[in-house]
Amino acid sequence: MYNEKVIEHFRHPHNFGEIEDPDGVGEVGNIVCGDLMKLYIKISENEKGEKIIKDIKFQTYGCAAALATSSIITDLVKGKTLNAAMEFSNKEIIDALGGLPQIKIHCSILAADALNEAIYDYFTKNKTEIPKIITLKHERITKMNELMKEKFQNQNE
Amino acid sequence: MNKRIYLDYAATTPVDKRVLDAMQPYFYENFGNTMSLHEEGRKAKATLDSCRSNIAEFLGAKSEELVFTSGATESDNLALKGVAFANQNNGKHIITTKIEHAAILKTCEWLEKHGFEVSYLSVDQFGLIDLEELKNTIRKDTILVSIIYANNEIGTIQNMKEIGEICKNKEVYLHTDATQIFGKLPIDVNKLNIDLMTINAHKFYGPKGVGALYIRKGVSIEPVLHGGGHESGLRSTTVNVSGIVGFSEAVNIAKNEMKEDEIKQTKLRNYLIEEVLKISNSRLNGHPTRRLPNNANFSFSFIEGESLVLLLDDRGISCSTGSACSSPNLEPSHVLLSLGLKHDQAHGSLRVSIGKDTTKAEIDYFLNVLPDVVERLRKLSPLR
Repeated sequence: MYNEKVIEHFRHPHNFGEIEDPDGVGEVGNIVCGDLMKLYIKISENEKGEKIIKDIKFQTYGCAAALATSSIITDLVKGKTLNAAMEFSNKEIIDALGGLPQIKIHCSILAADALNEAIYDYFTKNKTEIPKIITLKHERITKMNELMKEKFQNQNE
Repeated sequence: MNKRIYLDYAATTPVDKRVLDAMQPYFYENFGNTMSLHEEGRKAKATLDSCRSNIAEFLGAKSEELVFTSGATESDNLALKGVAFANQNNGKHIITTKIEHAAILKTCEWLEKHGFEVSYLSVDQFGLIDLEELKNTIRKDTILVSIIYANNEIGTIQNMKEIGEICKNKEVYLHTDATQIFGKLPIDVNKLNIDLMTINAHKFYGPKGVGALYIRKGVSIEPVLHGGGHESGLRSTTVNVSGIVGFSEAVNIAKNEMKEDEIKQTKLRNYLIEEVLKISNSRLNGHPTRRLPNNANFSFSFIEGESLVLLLDDRGISCSTGSACSSPNLEPSHVLLSLGLKHDQAHGSLRVSIGKDTTKAEIDYFLNVLPDVVERLRKLSPLR
């Protein structure tokens, strides 16, 4: 079902755990299967004065694909400028993992969403203007999270 | 430990060597078609007859009351569709439960699309149906009740005797899917008032691709497979003689060893449950005592079942899960949700099913590995 690269990241995930005193935290749940992902980011500046993602860590509740996508997004984003990270797409995850089963594509979206939410949280905390690209995605993700909460509640009744 | 530890006997079992030996001559030396007039055909037919009466006797049934099929799914389809279509003039109402195998549930959904009405009985926290609810659900137009004897995921064994009495008094046919319990515990279809019963071979050391449906004499039923008229016209297709020989031999072994296996496996299973529940935030799913001797089903909070199964697999252990992540529709097990488990509890479930060859050393190895694996996944999880 999974290729070797996915299994390798699942077996030996990179950058897992919490960052103490993070600059941004993104927490997302998946409406489809109930997985939960939490990304922590630490922001600093490079020599050119650009903001970069200096550190990133994850905590994930979910299947092998959810863990592997969490692990690889930390590799892909660590050290990138914030501007580049804002453009991040889940396709980069799929490419870097060498493919995911069709039914698990949503795990890569979950990871990309978690990054978006962490960046959104960073901007919110810093009370700076939030770029449109981040806000738009944030609105979609919030809607998804609400739907998921409803679904959980219905099932738990 | 270098060798694999297989703890998924509820999925399938290895073929017993004695079963394989019994089957060997029926591929090359005795290969005849049971419908042929010549000697090869007659030999095949004689073999088929003796296997049929052997398996029937094991159930307390008559030889002619057993129809061979390709397995439990086909038997379930034949029972439900066959009885529904043969009895639709008496009514179009069928009763089943929320915790059936997909072979029953999907067949019921199909029947609903074809004009039948199906009621799904709920179960309590242990997976048992409410007998009063069953009584109250049976109507004048109810033609069939189908209730899984022992559940494939949680191993809960229904009160089949009481269910049989209710159905008999209300004069409605009772079908049971006995796939998981057959060959493990004794069943007498007459004492239990069962009218139709699904059984198969590969869950108790027989070959895959062979099963049967017990149909009490007098039950009106239509075939699903039409053709050359095999199995008294109820299941056309050339008979799988080698498979049926294997099925029959598995029954012979069960006759002699079932009791001993039950005692041994129950003891081992109870030890397993006791030890696993020492892990914090773990729970046993299903009934504490009314369960299959080889079944244990757990939930571990804060972690997900597919990851658990794959990490155990890495350590050489085979188990299964009712997690949404491992299902084709990304929904968690309908059985676990029916018990009232929350979404995340069903998501973090692990089924451990032992068998004839399971040793205490294997269970100890599993018990040694499991807390490690659970702990590792909990470290990765944002839930606490």
